[in-house]
Amino acid sequence: MPMFIRLEAGVFSLAEDPFTAVGDEQSVPPGDVIISLTRFQAEGEALMGEGRAVGVRLESHEEVEALAYDLPQLAVVALAFPKFGDGRAYSYARLLRERFGFRGEVRAVGDVLREQAGYMARCGFTAFEPADGSTLEDWRRASQRFRHAYQRSSDARSPAFVERGE
Amino acid sequence: MYRYDSIDKDFLADRTAEFREQVARRLAGELSEDQFKPLRLRNGLYLQLHAYMLRIAVPYGSLNPTQLRKLAWIGRTYDKGYGHFTTRTNLQFHWIKLSDAPDIVDHLASVDMHAIQTSGNCIRNVTADPYAGATSEEIDDPRVWAEAIRQWSTVHPEFNWLPRKFKIAVTAAAKDRTAAKTHDIGLNLKRSRDGALGFEVMVGGGLGRMPYIGQTIRQFLPATRLLSYLEAILRVYNRHGRRDNIHKARIKVLVAALGREEFAAQVEAEWEKNGAGADLPDTELARIRGAFVPKSFETLPSVSETFEAARLRTPAFARFARNNLKPHKVAGYAIVEISLKAIGATPGDATSEQMEVVADLAERFGQNDIRVTHEQNLVLPHVRLDDVPAVWAALAEAGLATPNMNLVSDIIACPGLDYCALANARAISVAQHIAERFADPDRAELVGELKVKISGCINACGHHHVGHIGILGVDKKGEEFYQLTLGGSAAEDAAVGQALGPALPYDKVAEAVDTLVETYLRERQSGERFLDTFRRTGVAPFKEAVYADVH
Repeated sequence: MPMFIRLEAGVFSLAEDPFTAVGDEQSVPPGDVIISLTRFQAEGEALMGEGRAVGVRLESHEEVEALAYDLPQLAVVALAFPKFGDGRAYSYARLLRERFGFRGEVRAVGDVLREQAGYMARCGFTAFEPADGSTLEDWRRASQRFRHAYQRSSDARSPAFVERGE
Repeated sequence: MYRYDSIDKDFLADRTAEFREQVARRLAGELSEDQFKPLRLRNGLYLQLHAYMLRIAVPYGSLNPTQLRKLAWIGRTYDKGYGHFTTRTNLQFHWIKLSDAPDIVDHLASVDMHAIQTSGNCIRNVTADPYAGATSEEIDDPRVWAEAIRQWSTVHPEFNWLPRKFKIAVTAAAKDRTAAKTHDIGLNLKRSRDGALGFEVMVGGGLGRMPYIGQTIRQFLPATRLLSYLEAILRVYNRHGRRDNIHKARIKVLVAALGREEFAAQVEAEWEKNGAGADLPDTELARIRGAFVPKSFETLPSVSETFEAARLRTPAFARFARNNLKPHKVAGYAIVEISLKAIGATPGDATSEQMEVVADLAERFGQNDIRVTHEQNLVLPHVRLDDVPAVWAALAEAGLATPNMNLVSDIIACPGLDYCALANARAISVAQHIAERFADPDRAELVGELKVKISGCINACGHHHVGHIGILGVDKKGEEFYQLTLGGSAAEDAAVGQALGPALPYDKVAEAVDTLVETYLRERQSGERFLDTFRRTGVAPFKEAVYADVH
């Protein structure tokens, strides 16, 4: 099984990936799957009815609001980075966590580099598929680079303006 | 000057450590140039024609003498003994080695300075009124709010990978010295009828290929809600700004496409849903306000005998006083403008020695306060009138007393083809030729306020669109030509200039400016600036005069 990096309760670990990413033109294999928004809208109900975990891959031009009512049933929302400079998914991740209260896995897929690790973790991503060969240790170091943060975000960190008052 | 606390210092230390590793990985070939580029840009490092350029942030244009001396030292140690102040109140060094860059940012951090987010598609250095804390015109000190924005925007997790760069300006006076309406967001501090503090929020200004003047999307935003509102604007932009075409990716294009009202409605909806999580508590705003070193002003008569005597005795000083002094809110003090536009010099350049002279003067006579303006000059905001003659004498000795503030030779120019990989034409030497034509200070004063702005390409770093006279360098089959525009303004009466006519060859530009000025002198009615006359007469008399001359 392929591996991915998971962030759980502030701890990064390597995990085996139980999900299969399925393209729109492929037939759905048995087991847990991550499918496109289009496919989910057509086949999601049926697939979930088979008792398996289903995740949705959201492209960066797709609106996260389209998933709002399905979120309680979803195991994973995979947010795609077509290029690492395309920052839309950071907003989507925060909306999933802060506006829609999504508690499942938010996964970063696509052009995912370690330089983004800290930003992703702060916006509520909890799973990462690095495209740059980053090891678990690289990822952990990169995401824990800053001892302080100036803003409130989706993670549990106290921003500087709260730290200062303590 | 905002004093860093241990959190601010830790933050810079962590950032410089990260940058040092990134440079090491690049030098070792572990990062490709494509992967490294956005990382170095977010640390102010550009690759230019001849070398790397390092753009150092001067947050809201505010410096203390220790910082300015450090910049002078960096210029001498790692560059060629000078630096270039930019239209975004940053300082650029143009001859940097990549391998030196990590050491330089460490030296910057030692004086609470950085180059974070001075480039790249992220929120850039914040601009504020250079007279903040010194002018009686202001409603409140804009630096407090600018510092709040600096912290909020630094390594913001959601907004570090925007469609394009993003610039914010804060002003608190009716007279706008920040060019707020040319920024992605312009914030104008106001008081409501019941005395509450708030911001007029203007969005979608910007120059570049398609110039736009910012439009008001909210007349009055309660000041304490500033950061949540900015977050709403940035989120709408991050989600919906164009990413398919770099030339259409600025927020101005989104605002224009949606229309002001629809854009405002989307921001308001997002703001309402998002709540106040980003807003600073009053205690933190008070802490930031308190972290600015307080000034101690003496009780002085409003007229200084020393100053008046010097004015009568020395005509050159009197001229400097007329053009480079501005009224201070406290009697017996003045705001002193230091021109970085000596005739024949490169606009915005300062040598390390000059920086040290200004640092010394700020320490001896200026309450340790120095400002950088978006017009590429420096300011000593708090000088006793009694001390102005001594300050002037020291400035004059260092070549820093050019009495040309807001006059025709106080030109904004980008680095142009002399440094920049994007440029089509020279800008600096065009500025020099114009300044030389108006080297006679009597004539320059007779002409009065005239803002000439020169860009070496359509990216408009020299703000030519908003010059009273704007000059844009273009390439025509390998030759440098210049398009002139008239009637632009970056101030509270912001406007985009109107084209004069066909582009002129390099050696005809200064002459054409001279003709424009002569036309203005002939046409002007009492009290009119160049801009006022142009707005009254339109382009016709100017066009006729220039093209009659040229052809």
